[in-house]
Amino acid sequence: MKYIHQFLIIILISFLGELLSFLPLPIPASVYGLLIMLIVLYTGVLKLSDVEDVADWFILIMPVLFVPSAVSLMNVQNELMENLVTIMIVLVISTVIVMVVTGKVAQYMIERKENHE
Amino acid sequence: MNNLLIETTYFGIVLSLSTYWLAVQIRKRWSYPIFNPLLMSALFSIMILYVLNIDFQTYNQGAQMITYLLTPATVCLAIPLYKQTQILMKHFSAILISLLCGCFMGLISIVILCFLLKASETLLCSLMPKSITTAIAIGVSELIGGQSTITVGVVILTGIFGAMIAKSIFKIFHIHHPVARGLALGNSAHAIGTAKAIEFGEIEAAMSSLSIVISGVLTVFLVPMIIQLIV
Repeated sequence: MKYIHQFLIIILISFLGELLSFLPLPIPASVYGLLIMLIVLYTGVLKLSDVEDVADWFILIMPVLFVPSAVSLMNVQNELMENLVTIMIVLVISTVIVMVVTGKVAQYMIERKENHE
Repeated sequence: MNNLLIETTYFGIVLSLSTYWLAVQIRKRWSYPIFNPLLMSALFSIMILYVLNIDFQTYNQGAQMITYLLTPATVCLAIPLYKQTQILMKHFSAILISLLCGCFMGLISIVILCFLLKASETLLCSLMPKSITTAIAIGVSELIGGQSTITVGVVILTGIFGAMIAKSIFKIFHIHHPVARGLALGNSAHAIGTAKAIEFGEIEAAMSSLSIVISGVLTVFLVPMIIQLIV
């Protein structure tokens, strides 16, 4: 019963997120759901043990859940192919920039703070 | 083949899981970044669909069941985040400022590169939201006049590319702090980066999940502002 109960909670919160996603904001059901889950945990409505086991399972299988979305790339190939070189150059350089800037700034600020302590 | 499988429910699931399993086996033997399990699994699946002449719709009948699970899985990312509340509070300003800097520099670099490469305005608008999670990216892209089909493709490719290069980038640029690594992955490669961050550790996973939410919000506000400035 423990797993059914946990599964129910997670699916119920996903459903609430889905309902909220009908609001005219560009926010997906999953982000609403994530915020609802955080709120119920912080307010103590739910304990970690009410969701933890099934949540761990969901997080572990997460990488494989993207396979169909990646396969769907075979549908958009024509629009992508027309500008493939431009798209790949922009994609590669800007992704590296976001990753390096975010990581470096975060690390610099954290280490400066830790050295002060 | 398509006629036979068009009635089946499980074909798409079997294909997705088996190609992913195969990709993980290959990854275990040769751990080059190019052997990213998601990338290889998708390529194998696409190749098999082509060779057997099967439509994407036939595949997706079953495969969409897997996609449905993405929403509850993302909801569950709240759990590592909740467990790392202390770290979140301790490094609150570093987290916010680094995500803002990363987002801003990313968007500016897209504008500059598109200008240098003489890309059309539609293409620029389709590329702007590339580092955020698909559903938000589609909304932003349509809002500013991009083409959502291009955006979807670019978002997924960005995620796969970000996950592929993360380890090497962290090494080259000496990014070793788990909080910094998580933020970098989530900010650049959204949920696919977060799936990768889970491999690094629990703090990385938590910070990466947080980045999906914050960078999504930041991009929603920054993109229209930047577009207004340049158009």
